[in-house]
Amino acid sequence: MTETAPAPQNQQPAPDARRPKTLAEKVWDAHLVQQGEDGAPDLLYIDLHLVHEVTSPQAYDGLRAEGRPVRRPDLTIATEDHNTPTVDIDKPIADLTSRTQIETLRRNAKEFGIRLHSLGDVEQGIVHIVGPQLGLTQPGITVVCGDSHTSTHGAFGAIAFGIGTSEVEHVLATQTLPLQPFKTMAITVEGTLKPGVTAKDVILAVIAKIGTNGGQGYVLEYRGSAIRALSMEGRMTICNMSIEAGARAGMVAPDETTFAYLQGRPHAPKGEDWDAAVAYWRTLPTDDDAVFDAEVFLGADELEPFVTWGTNPGQGTTLSGIVPDPATMTDPQQRESAERALQYMDLTPGTPLKEIKVDAVFMGSCTNSRVEDLRQFAAIVKGRTKAEGVRVMVVPGSARVRLEAEAEGLDKIFTDFGAEWRFAGCSMCLGMNPDQLAPGERCASTSNRNFEGRQGKGGRTHLVSPVVAAATAIRGTLSSPSDIEAEVLV
Amino acid sequence: MEPFTTHTGVAVPLTRSAVDTDQIIPAVYLKRVTKTGFDDALFAHLRQQPDFVLNDPAFAGGSILFAGPDFGTGSSREHAVWALRDYGFKAVFSPRFGDIFRGNSGKQGLLTGVITEEQVETCWAAIEAQPGITATVDLTTTTLTISGTSIPFEIDAYTRWRLLEGLDDIGLTLRDEPRITAFEAGREAWRPTTLPVGDR
Ligand code: SF4
Repeated sequence: MTETAPAPQNQQPAPDARRPKTLAEKVWDAHLVQQGEDGAPDLLYIDLHLVHEVTSPQAYDGLRAEGRPVRRPDLTIATEDHNTPTVDIDKPIADLTSRTQIETLRRNAKEFGIRLHSLGDVEQGIVHIVGPQLGLTQPGITVVCGDSHTSTHGAFGAIAFGIGTSEVEHVLATQTLPLQPFKTMAITVEGTLKPGVTAKDVILAVIAKIGTNGGQGYVLEYRGSAIRALSMEGRMTICNMSIEAGARAGMVAPDETTFAYLQGRPHAPKGEDWDAAVAYWRTLPTDDDAVFDAEVFLGADELEPFVTWGTNPGQGTTLSGIVPDPATMTDPQQRESAERALQYMDLTPGTPLKEIKVDAVFMGSCTNSRVEDLRQFAAIVKGRTKAEGVRVMVVPGSARVRLEAEAEGLDKIFTDFGAEWRFAGCSMCLGMNPDQLAPGERCASTSNRNFEGRQGKGGRTHLVSPVVAAATAIRGTLSSPSDIEAEVLV
Repeated sequence: MEPFTTHTGVAVPLTRSAVDTDQIIPAVYLKRVTKTGFDDALFAHLRQQPDFVLNDPAFAGGSILFAGPDFGTGSSREHAVWALRDYGFKAVFSPRFGDIFRGNSGKQGLLTGVITEEQVETCWAAIEAQPGITATVDLTTTTLTISGTSIPFEIDAYTRWRLLEGLDDIGLTLRDEPRITAFEAGREAWRPTTLPVGDR
């Protein structure tokens, strides 16, 4: 080439396959049934549809009304979780609405030929625990469920997001969804987490930084050395709460940790299929020169155990801090919402967070109820007794997690500690089943939402990590694991 | 979804503005597990007032609603549309609709036509003069006829087309069914299925 034309300004990248792409773009493009034109949405193929009892009944009703079958029962799986009790699971469900929803799911699953894991079944549990545990959640797939915390599955490098009931019906009937593409945001966390600082603290810090709307319209990709060092369980905890930052989805690129977690699980590819799958999965990580629509950086070394003081997951700070003073907030909307939150939470500005007494500790929910979470909790409470007057509930995410924990003797550690060891389900994450806070009760909870009344009418929720929950259960006030070690040293 | 071309039915005046979806269907009805049978839930609180229009026998079997501005604002609940549809309404006219409500309506085959405030008042007056009269909606010409007066109404071209063709979202997607089948043919064999593992 002797002469070159001047490069045009603002050149659009050519829509060819060699254009550098992010993880999310690669997975999206691989699922395009049809590209939308003139502002029409893309039609995206769905690899895995998870179903539970609350958001599916009307969808099946719609299918019946139109005489439509479920297109791919073999890509659909259902479980019972939101309404299920976590004690006396062999007895009929006392609450009538709950029972009806569960019985409706059972009837629909039978009529439409959907695999269902019912209460009492070893694979029953919170829908977002069940998919990964079975090896159904895999890199590079699309996953939907009528539940906002579907973002959990993005930890494997899947595009996974929650949908509404009409969309549930749409996926049941067509195995596709019309969707406008998301924008991409990189959240890079570099460095090493201090002992006692966990994935939960990372995501609470991210939400506090970008706000509960900061992720709106984006799929978040968590990157950096601190993310790479996390287990799959930790990555799931982070992706799970992407929705609390307003994003519909969160993702982590698949790597050796992902493959090791998947290999040998019931639905993971086997033999030659495994090799083909891994070869494909290795092509998924974001290309070096791909461009994100937005970028956020966080230093892992500075992070500390985190806790929320308010009534949305963005109202949080480090556990060693104090209850903030709304009067110092410059944004009027922020100030007003903080004032309302403190009133609801019955907290006074300036109070050291570690002086806040709790009535209950909830260890569970799709954010933190995998066996690794239970191990972390157990490691701290082992050989100790809970603080007097504090109710401690430990609820495994699935019946299988319960069995695994029992095989390791964790149940004994919990009950010796004075905790209730329950059966699997959403439990006290939301006030839809019998496990609820009484009005005015305060709870340190490993779940994901601290909205007013979320854990029961008038209940007050502080979101924390499993290790902070454990330390709090021992001392009866919000505490970090290092507080316990200090006591032991004395 | 049934194609919508023309419809003639009893005209019902709802002489209020800003009827949000909470008024159309109160939250307590959202606990139900069905997508049909919401007819009793429609305007449930308003219907407790004896003089509410739906309690007037003259409008029994009403199917075309004439409402003031800002009908269907507020929460995104699809149940609001289901309730109107289950009660028997085929079309609602108002000078302004809540966006999400209007979108949901189009998906469920409920026609939402925009007419001016004056035109709504004309219709209200016509109905008041002759309670129980019918109106005719012609979607092919986008006109509404009541007591001899023809009124043009507005509806976006895409929704109109879908109503005329009787296509809901799913119906539309299924028009591309061969593409879905073709896509499925190209999926890698190792992609996961939920079939019990022993049966693979
Ligand atoms: S555990 Fe909580 S957040 Fe997770 S699916 Fe259940 S109710 Fe939703």
